[in-house]
Amino acid sequence: MSITKNVKWSKKDLLSIYDLTAEEINIILDTAEEFKKVSQRNVKKVPALRGKTVVNFFIEPSTRTRMSFELAEQRLSADIINISASTSSLKKGETLLDTVRNIEALQADLIVMRHSAPGAQSFIAKHVSAGILNAGDGAHSHPTQALLDIFTIREKKGSLKGLNVSIIGDIVHSRVARSNIWGLLKLGANVTVAGPSTLVPREFEKIGVRVCHNREAALEGADVVNLLRIQHERQRGGFFPSIGEYSRFFGLNADAAKYLNPDALIMHPGPINRGVELDSSLADGPQSVILEQVTNGLAVRMAVLFLVAGCLEK
Amino acid sequence: MIKNKNYILRGGRVVDPSRNVDGVGDIGVCDGMICSPEKLQGAEIIDVKGLVVTPGLIDMHVHLRQPGQTAAETIATGTRAAAAGGFTSIVSMPNTNPPADSSDTIEYIRRHARTDGVVKVLPCGCMSKGLKGEEMAPVGSLKNSGVVALSDDGRCIQNHELMLHVIQYAKSFDLPILDHCEDEQLTCGGVMHHGEWSALLGMKGVMSASEEMMVARDIIFSRMADWKVHIQHISTLESIELVRNARKRKLRITAEVTPHHLALTDEKIKTFDTNFKMSPPLRSADDRQAVLTALKDGTITVIATDHAPHTETAKLVEFDFAPCGIIGLETAIPVCFTELYHSGILSLSELIAKFTTGPAEVLNIDAGTLAEGKPADITLIDPELEFTVDKETFLSKSSNSPFHGTKVKGKAISTIVDGKFIYRDGTLVG
Repeated sequence: MSITKNVKWSKKDLLSIYDLTAEEINIILDTAEEFKKVSQRNVKKVPALRGKTVVNFFIEPSTRTRMSFELAEQRLSADIINISASTSSLKKGETLLDTVRNIEALQADLIVMRHSAPGAQSFIAKHVSAGILNAGDGAHSHPTQALLDIFTIREKKGSLKGLNVSIIGDIVHSRVARSNIWGLLKLGANVTVAGPSTLVPREFEKIGVRVCHNREAALEGADVVNLLRIQHERQRGGFFPSIGEYSRFFGLNADAAKYLNPDALIMHPGPINRGVELDSSLADGPQSVILEQVTNGLAVRMAVLFLVAGCLEK
Repeated sequence: MIKNKNYILRGGRVVDPSRNVDGVGDIGVCDGMICSPEKLQGAEIIDVKGLVVTPGLIDMHVHLRQPGQTAAETIATGTRAAAAGGFTSIVSMPNTNPPADSSDTIEYIRRHARTDGVVKVLPCGCMSKGLKGEEMAPVGSLKNSGVVALSDDGRCIQNHELMLHVIQYAKSFDLPILDHCEDEQLTCGGVMHHGEWSALLGMKGVMSASEEMMVARDIIFSRMADWKVHIQHISTLESIELVRNARKRKLRITAEVTPHHLALTDEKIKTFDTNFKMSPPLRSADDRQAVLTALKDGTITVIATDHAPHTETAKLVEFDFAPCGIIGLETAIPVCFTELYHSGILSLSELIAKFTTGPAEVLNIDAGTLAEGKPADITLIDPELEFTVDKETFLSKSSNSPFHGTKVKGKAISTIVDGKFIYRDGTLVG
């Protein structure tokens, strides 16, 4: 195969997009392009991580991210162990750091970790020598989701520079939004976040993001719109009066989509609430790249596993 | 203890805000009391040239963790940390285990302070039984056992009617109220300040309004009861505005700020270091600026550390799950000299007042002065001593400090309690 170790990559961990330079993001995207080609072959497996042990340590439930990481690890020929909160000894009172040190003592090379507490992976990475890949930490960061979103946009649009990207939904509780914002800004896109003001903190203006509480204004002239899932429990939290009202004023439907640029992409990190933040006709329509995002996620995760593992050997 | 050793501290810069003194001079110590140097013919002369001589410093907000949480601190280690920080009197907060809501617990604390302690421990009693905010603690009995104030620190009484009654009742026993202001409905599980950095980091924020609502309540109740309410660890711009306005109207409101709230801001949380987690949380740069202004204009009359020891194990966890609080006794003077005096914000006299007359007035105690005939509680400070804070040198049993590794200038080098050196030239005595 044509993929060789990248000498410019020097991080043993992938913790957040905020930590990455534009150059590092591009290294990941370029590497992912190569891995996407591998995924289109008849034999999809490469020996890049043969003999390496990867532990998927999920202390918060996950289906799609975990499945994507697991498949990426298998395609790279790594040995894999899966640990989830229900089976771990965290329930017996062991600290997170002790649990991870035990995992490391089994000579794990990489630990893919999801946790409900922001910064949990950053904290762990300071204390262990295994590579830590953040698969989501509370509302803080979900770097591989942002990378696969950006990969998808770059693949369709060629470049992110000057593109108008609008993220609509529950921004305040979203690690997907936070990761996308940093990545998009670093690559030169114009970012708008939108939704009701209870879910969209105006503090994002301080880092150069347009904050908007009107759907049509957020959609007008957008090249990409990324809809975030609206969780029903936010209504009980008093953030908006009802799902119906949210959908009416902030959901993307055919009428609202007329404000988009004609060739705009419609994205969603999944799982979709059809008819709430996004109408079915658009989710399944020609502008939607939602399933391509899932496919690209595999290539992006192969790329970051490969890069980080290569760094550990140095 | 050698009670009758007499000596003269010669040639230091005496800074005693209680008497408006700031100048080179001598201080006599006779039988554990301050006395006129002229009366001390033939007494030992101790040269303190180049040092600042101040009344023994008072820290009115300390968690000694005994009884019940002695893995983190004890009265023995906490009072030694106080001595090393230049403090001769400290007020112990009542959120021990059991809470200090009974005469028994207060007597236990005072007994251990006598046998294990090296500085004066002034216990603070609970406002509510068990710190539960439901029923009033036995205020009269607590007063008889020797408490100097009442507080539910760490918690805040949410029941307004109970709070009003506590303030009114405390007045009958001449006990000031020290309140940790926090509306729990607005804390919302927050772990840091609600603002720009919580938005960027995706962490749950504690709104400034959580503090401000209760500061406003306390000011209203203080006016109704005509009694002293002291706002603990004030941290927000609007809280400060409320206190400034109340003091302008001559209401009986005072406020303290911690060294960390005047020195640090919420941006520090981006490292996820749990030694930046405390309650109230580190606030925004605007809030910090308001604190500095309020220290200068006299809205804030007290600096208190909120010394809150936690074991390393307790702090070595995810930020969300770490306990709130940091230690402060041994870094207060270095941090405040650096941030307030050497930076030119406060004069030496203004700064020392926040550690002496300020707390003494709130607590109405016989301390914080070098007037003749008063107990010889004295602190010697080297204002120019530069060093890097090193947690390995702390006498506290815990080391949870956000200032580890920080360069500072100014340090208490000797601490005298009732005429006796308990900390001398940077070393604990005996």
